[in-house]
Amino acid sequence: MSLDPRLSQRIARVLLWAMTVLTVAVLVFIIFFILRKGLPAVNIDFLTKNPVDMGRGGGIFSTVIGTIVLTALAIVIATPLGVGTAIYLTEYTWENTLTRVIRFGAECLAGIPSIIFGLFGFILFVTKLGFGWSILSGGLTLAFMILPTIIRTSEEAIKSVPASYRQVSFSLGGTKWQTVTRVVLPSALPGIMTGIILSVGRSIGETAAVIFTAGSALRIPTSLFSSSRTMSVHFYILAREGISMSKAYGTAAILIIAILAVNIATYFLMNRFIRKYS
Amino acid sequence: MNRLEKRDRHVRLALLVIAFSAVSILAVITVFMFEQGTPIMFKYGVKNFLAGSDWYPSEKSFGLWPMIVGSIYVTSGAMVIGVPFGLACAIVLTEFSSKRVRGVIKPLIELLAGIPSVVYGFMGVVILVPFIRETFGGPGLSVLAASIILGIMILPTIISISVDSLQAIPPAYREGSIALGATKWQTVRMVLLPAARSGIIASIILGMGRAIGETMAVIMIAGNAISVPRSLLAPVRTLTSNIALEMGYAAGEHRQALFATGVILFIIIMILNTVANVTSSRRKKAKG
Repeated sequence: MSLDPRLSQRIARVLLWAMTVLTVAVLVFIIFFILRKGLPAVNIDFLTKNPVDMGRGGGIFSTVIGTIVLTALAIVIATPLGVGTAIYLTEYTWENTLTRVIRFGAECLAGIPSIIFGLFGFILFVTKLGFGWSILSGGLTLAFMILPTIIRTSEEAIKSVPASYRQVSFSLGGTKWQTVTRVVLPSALPGIMTGIILSVGRSIGETAAVIFTAGSALRIPTSLFSSSRTMSVHFYILAREGISMSKAYGTAAILIIAILAVNIATYFLMNRFIRKYS
Repeated sequence: MNRLEKRDRHVRLALLVIAFSAVSILAVITVFMFEQGTPIMFKYGVKNFLAGSDWYPSEKSFGLWPMIVGSIYVTSGAMVIGVPFGLACAIVLTEFSSKRVRGVIKPLIELLAGIPSVVYGFMGVVILVPFIRETFGGPGLSVLAASIILGIMILPTIISISVDSLQAIPPAYREGSIALGATKWQTVRMVLLPAARSGIIASIILGMGRAIGETMAVIMIAGNAISVPRSLLAPVRTLTSNIALEMGYAAGEHRQALFATGVILFIIIMILNTVANVTSSRRKKAKG
């Protein structure tokens, strides 16, 4: 093992870079492949017409609506819980056994696979509580799934607000809650938004947890209790049952575009936030 | 006590209740999974469930051995691919790249985490599976295909946590090593990787958890045959695919058996989470 250190340095460098470039290439390939194959199937009709004949014809309008409604519901439920938890952890307590339990709980929740969330949502919301396959069951399940992400990002955002902001507010006679709502939260907002947008991305892409709780009805949902199919579930069913490859590629292209938009939005928000406090 | 102070106390109480939401949800999920899944395990014997190799739900035969082995195989395969590539990316990002290059590569790798698992599965179906079928023979839907796709899917987990722990190393470590005349690669190998060891191990364990829990991508590319695979090219069914494939039509004891599958998966994940948590918190403590 007496290889010349400079030679081994050169070899290591080339090898590590090659592996990194390959990793990035895989990503770029996936995105270009899906967009190239999928975009020809995408037009105004594809986005504004409902699926016909199980998805063989027509567009994906009802699944776009299903995705938006389900994601919105999940965000509306998870955001107050997640941001509230983050405020409590950062502003109202100090590091102790209690906070360790809360953090451990959130970390464990983050590690639970989506299929377990699906099983749980199915047994609790769909059968026990009698919500059936519905927007409500799916939205609640998704909310539980994205909660850890919102807690973690909000906590980081709130923590990075400089202590001097709080001191000034207190010295002006502000109460704790006034300080939190009028000083801390507005300053932490871009960071909190980052977490919410990341969660939107996760909700859009989720399949396993949604298919067993929201079902796969192709109609446009009319109430919280109607079953609905999201784009990811639609894409999965189209591809797996071989219903229509061109429609599957088209749906995948829309999914990828949505995810790209989400990531670009987070990237810019995050950069602005970091610049502000460093 | 004035009105504002009173409100502050109510708010504090409300926030405390909210702060317990994540823990409570975890507790409720645990209770429901065990309540639904364990009775049938005890009814037919835990040993038969874990070690039985026949899964014929209609004949009340619930052996999960092939799926347990299947999950272990594809997860190990994913680690073989994901760990070296993940570490290579993490090392390049922290040690071998300029700030500008890092600014391009890092967001791209984060994007990798955003791609839905069904899209990964689909890429497996249209690109990887035909490639394996034509190059190596066999059905293409295989342990190998699932390992490669899962290996790619766990990269963001491994990379982001490893990068964090490499960046957390005090600069003095690097400077000291370079000052002693070591090359950059020697510094990485002999100083930085050992110093970041616990964080890297945690990242690998969390990556393992992701691989073992992944469902939709695996269903699409693993072939789902219920037998212990004899080669890398044989089809395989994992614990997660077992649940997702049959949940749609299962009823009665069959459904309970699927929940039992979920319980086993749940226990594995909780063990991995706890180990990762303990390793990374030990690191924080060591750094003071």
